[in-house]
Amino acid sequence: MTAAAPTATGTPSRRVTDNPWLTFAVRRTGRLLVSLWVLVTASFLILHLIPGDPVRAALGPTAPAALVAARRASLGLDRPLWEQYLDHLRGIVTGDLGSSLGSSLPVSRIIGQRLPATLELALLAFLVVVALAVPVGAAMGVLTRGGRRRGGELAFSSTSTVLGAVPDFVLGVGFVYLFSVTLGWLPVAGRTGPSSYVLPVLALAIGPAAALARIVRVEMLTALRSDHVRTARAKRLPAWQVVLGHALPHALTASITLGGLLLSALVAGTVLVENVFSWPGLGSTIVSSILEKDYPVVQGVVLVYGAGVLLVNLLVDVVLSLLDPRSVIRES
Amino acid sequence: MTTVVPGALVPLADRPAARGRWGSVLRTPVGIGAAVLLAAVLVLAVVAPFVWGARAEAVDTDAILQGSSAAHLVGTDNLGRDLFARTMVATGLSVRLALTATLLTVVLGMLLGAAPLLLGRRAGRLVTAGIDIAVAFPGLLLALFFAIVFGVGATGAVLAIGVAGAPVFARLTSTLAAGVASRDYVLAARVAGVGRFRVLLRHVLPNIAEPLVVNATIGAGGALLAFAGLSFLGLGVQAPDYDWGRLLQDGLSGIYRHPEAALAPGLAIVVAGLAFNLFGEAVAKGIGLTSATGVVARRTAGSDQQPVTGRGPVAGEPVLDVEDLSVVFPGAHGPVRPVRGVTFSVGRGEAVGVVGESGSGKSLTALAVARLVEAPGEVTAARLDFRGTDLRTGGDRAHRRLLGTGFAMVFQDPMTSLNPTQRIGHQLAEGARRHQGLSRAAGLARAVDRLRSVRVPEPERRSRQYPHEFSGGMRQRAMIGMGLMGEPALIVADEPTTALDVTVQRSVLDLLAAIRRSDDVALLLISHDVAVVREVCDRVLVMYAGRIVEDLPADRLAAGRHPYTRALVATVPDMAVDLDAPLPVIPGRPVDPSAQPPGCAYAARCPLASDRCRAEDPPLVADADGRRVACWHADEVAAGAVDGELAAAGAAREEVA
Amino acid sequence: MSELVFDDVTVRYGNARTGHTAVDGVSLVVPDGAVVGLVGESGSGKSTLAKAAVGLAPITGGAVLLDGVPVPTRPGRRPVQMVFQDPYSSLDPRMTIGDSVAEAVPRGTPRAERRAEVLRLLELVDLDPARARAYPAQLSGGQRQRVAVARALAARPEVVVADEITSALDVSIQGTVLNLVRRLQRELGTSMLFISHNLAVVRYVASTIAVMREGRIVEQGPAEQVLGDPAHDYTRELLAAVPGAVR
Repeated sequence: MTAAAPTATGTPSRRVTDNPWLTFAVRRTGRLLVSLWVLVTASFLILHLIPGDPVRAALGPTAPAALVAARRASLGLDRPLWEQYLDHLRGIVTGDLGSSLGSSLPVSRIIGQRLPATLELALLAFLVVVALAVPVGAAMGVLTRGGRRRGGELAFSSTSTVLGAVPDFVLGVGFVYLFSVTLGWLPVAGRTGPSSYVLPVLALAIGPAAALARIVRVEMLTALRSDHVRTARAKRLPAWQVVLGHALPHALTASITLGGLLLSALVAGTVLVENVFSWPGLGSTIVSSILEKDYPVVQGVVLVYGAGVLLVNLLVDVVLSLLDPRSVIRES
Repeated sequence: MTTVVPGALVPLADRPAARGRWGSVLRTPVGIGAAVLLAAVLVLAVVAPFVWGARAEAVDTDAILQGSSAAHLVGTDNLGRDLFARTMVATGLSVRLALTATLLTVVLGMLLGAAPLLLGRRAGRLVTAGIDIAVAFPGLLLALFFAIVFGVGATGAVLAIGVAGAPVFARLTSTLAAGVASRDYVLAARVAGVGRFRVLLRHVLPNIAEPLVVNATIGAGGALLAFAGLSFLGLGVQAPDYDWGRLLQDGLSGIYRHPEAALAPGLAIVVAGLAFNLFGEAVAKGIGLTSATGVVARRTAGSDQQPVTGRGPVAGEPVLDVEDLSVVFPGAHGPVRPVRGVTFSVGRGEAVGVVGESGSGKSLTALAVARLVEAPGEVTAARLDFRGTDLRTGGDRAHRRLLGTGFAMVFQDPMTSLNPTQRIGHQLAEGARRHQGLSRAAGLARAVDRLRSVRVPEPERRSRQYPHEFSGGMRQRAMIGMGLMGEPALIVADEPTTALDVTVQRSVLDLLAAIRRSDDVALLLISHDVAVVREVCDRVLVMYAGRIVEDLPADRLAAGRHPYTRALVATVPDMAVDLDAPLPVIPGRPVDPSAQPPGCAYAARCPLASDRCRAEDPPLVADADGRRVACWHADEVAAGAVDGELAAAGAAREEVA
Repeated sequence: MSELVFDDVTVRYGNARTGHTAVDGVSLVVPDGAVVGLVGESGSGKSTLAKAAVGLAPITGGAVLLDGVPVPTRPGRRPVQMVFQDPYSSLDPRMTIGDSVAEAVPRGTPRAERRAEVLRLLELVDLDPARARAYPAQLSGGQRQRVAVARALAARPEVVVADEITSALDVSIQGTVLNLVRRLQRELGTSMLFISHNLAVVRYVASTIAVMREGRIVEQGPAEQVLGDPAHDYTRELLAAVPGAVR
């Protein structure tokens, strides 16, 4: 229901007694909390959904039974399920995520060591995506509207389709071959200085940038065809004012939701790209811990990744609500 | 509503039959290329193990880790096996696993997505909430999670990727199904007593099948890439099985010495993924909206000018003088002319109405006069003068001030015509600040003043509001106020009251009349409603199939000399229509702009049509009073020749329209 | 015989605090064999009342009765049928018009009889029966509306609700549908609740007129009386707002 439902005689009647912003904030926070709870429960369930004995699987078939039993006890696996769940929750709140089965190091410390590298990669890639996709997409929208410049449109479409279809890790391998092996310009692996950031960030960013540029272009075309842009033209405003003041804001607002999904995918992409470049981040950690069946580490990293995704979604929602007041009203 | 560009967009309801659409997909170069590529990948998946299977397994300890050579196109691996053969054979496993995972995604996704329709409201809402939460997480993370649970290996990976893709597919299914379920034909089936399950099967499923198939195809591409990723990480296919992802991982470690080992599987991944994606997108484009093709051929000599004598009665210098105005769009089968050779003028302070039905070209005429028609449409005219200034020459910049202050436009739908994210006062002031150099404060103050003059209550408070806080009538008043920010000599209103209630329409029409009186502003009013035009305007232009067929004083509408004018008047029921007789009807349908016949366009529906009418288009001829009509039989019409025919058509029971 | 009665019907959406009352205590009678016109502007609730009659809107108060019995809303025989406003979405684009009409024929009718009934109905609405295998995309708006009428009649209703059935049609072909409505009422005695915002159209088809505003009926009575000598201010306002006669 809209906040003010106008009647035929023209006097809007205030039927909603609450402030729509309040309703919106409450709803969104509620959804966030539920999602967090689902995430936490899911990370807890990892250990318990796996068929067989996780500790035995981690330590191997030849480990002595006493060691296995001791490890089980230290992980609390012989206590009732609901007690374990409460421990899990308590641990998250206090920052104690248990210890690695392999190295006995606290999981929180492992995460603390590896997280910055992943964060740097993700944030830089995000900046590159936005800096590339928005201007290119918007410009292409303006230049190719109404069927103009079909050649340019074709070139843009084909390039962005191909770039968007190449997965980030394959792109990474290609970059390594081209720039490290053949040309020798950039390092092949590791986090060793500014030049070592170039290839991983590009590998991560190019696919989403191409996809986002296409989305921005399509939304720009839609905005340019809309009635209110026609009104702006009817007011004989100069072209730059029509595009920047009327069309672009709408195109951006319309692109934000999909853009947010792409950003979440970027977070996931770090897992693959880190493996191509031996980047010392969480991506390599989670893969090695899955293969070694080091479940406490796995649980912790899954939690961190999930929380990161939820944070991105929250940011997207907030930005969207600021840009488009109607979305707030629609929610309530 | 935006003006429909004829021939450029095929509306949803009139799409050609399904078979035709898939055929059109295969006729585009992208469609053919993608289909061939996809077919090649699928064939390879089946055939490769037979052709290269033996070579792929042949261990040759003398040829370990070699680069590409004549014997081994891509080199060998650490057991001397030919990598080209292995890459080809890996197609089978990669594609098979991807398709299996996609099948799981589709089945699970459709079940979850249809849950709200099947399970009823409460359970459905729970499922939807669960899906909403799952959709927030990217597919790869979900796949990782499930891979942990289901275990490392091909089976686990298939389950993981299959289940991870289900939430998005479920959301797609439920969105599509909800869209279809709210359409009138589903409601009609429910009202007719058809059960819920039958409705799902007969109505919902067939109408959502096509987009679902397209998305499943693109999803298969995604599953392929996800599989490659998982195998690359070592979490997917395990030795001794191998797919592209594993081959890529193996090749990566030796990338310095023989990079082909990594590039070959990498290329295979890209090509196969592209094949699925491109094919899916080509089909999507084919079954969706098809866009206009071709550019408009340059029109050289010979316009399709309708011969015209006189421009209608105008006292003094006309505010708007239009001669031989045409609008051309590119169409699928050649150029389309929704407006052909229109000639008229509007005098100072005069109110001229333009009336017509769909396909008449009346809205486009208004847009063309206002120079708001954009590419791919082209506007040509022998003369287009506004207050003596030729609008045809000079770019937008030259006429910006003149049009920005002297020319006001009011569009049909005020909700979409106003920017929903800007306050009303700001929108009103924008033009004046640019063209008349007003400061921000002065602009806003004038906006408030104009809102007051169009009788918007509490104008200061209202000017700070957003359009959605206004009612429909008030928004239209705000649009009129926007036009009054300058000193307009002409208001062009395109169906300004069509979207409004009749009482609100009355107040808006009264407002327009008041503005005309007080400021001597001319009005060009476009409407399909003859009664509105009759009431507001001094003179009426009747348009049919892109031409003006009659130009007469508004109070003489009942005595029109064109059969269509008489028909329009006769077929519209007003409060005095005879209740004992059937309502007159015009047989046939309005002309589609892409199918304009030679000769008089109205001939197909006209009781007086003769061979001459069908062959020769009658010119718009003025009489002594300046009234114009385009009909070979104008005198007969004036004598009442068609009146009986219309009544008879209404009483007839043949299928007329 | 088959008299449709709205007995103090209320339709309310949403919860107690933030909800919206679309129909507020409406009482109206559609006598057997009569066409009752329901006029109102946007927000008047006339469409919601129509939906309530056919079970598409929840009735929160009062009842809709057919011959004293509440109108059934479960799958099966439905004696109150509806014709919708938009001719472009009221027919399934993937079904032939013959199939669309056949779907509404009561279940349990043998196939041959069903087919014959479809052809009979198409003729009744002045459509060539040979077009039964055509798809909606091949028909004009006026023709589609007539198919929709045929479909409504296929269910053998006691009462038909027509919700703005001519509003989306071109002016010059509205007559075909309006003439059809009058003929059905005169020759078959079909009871109808005819909803429209257009007073002139309602005057043409209805013998009784009810005026709705903001969920309530402000005036109802014989057509000549309501239009010629209105008792309520709002009715007068509506009549004054109609653009003048063209003839």
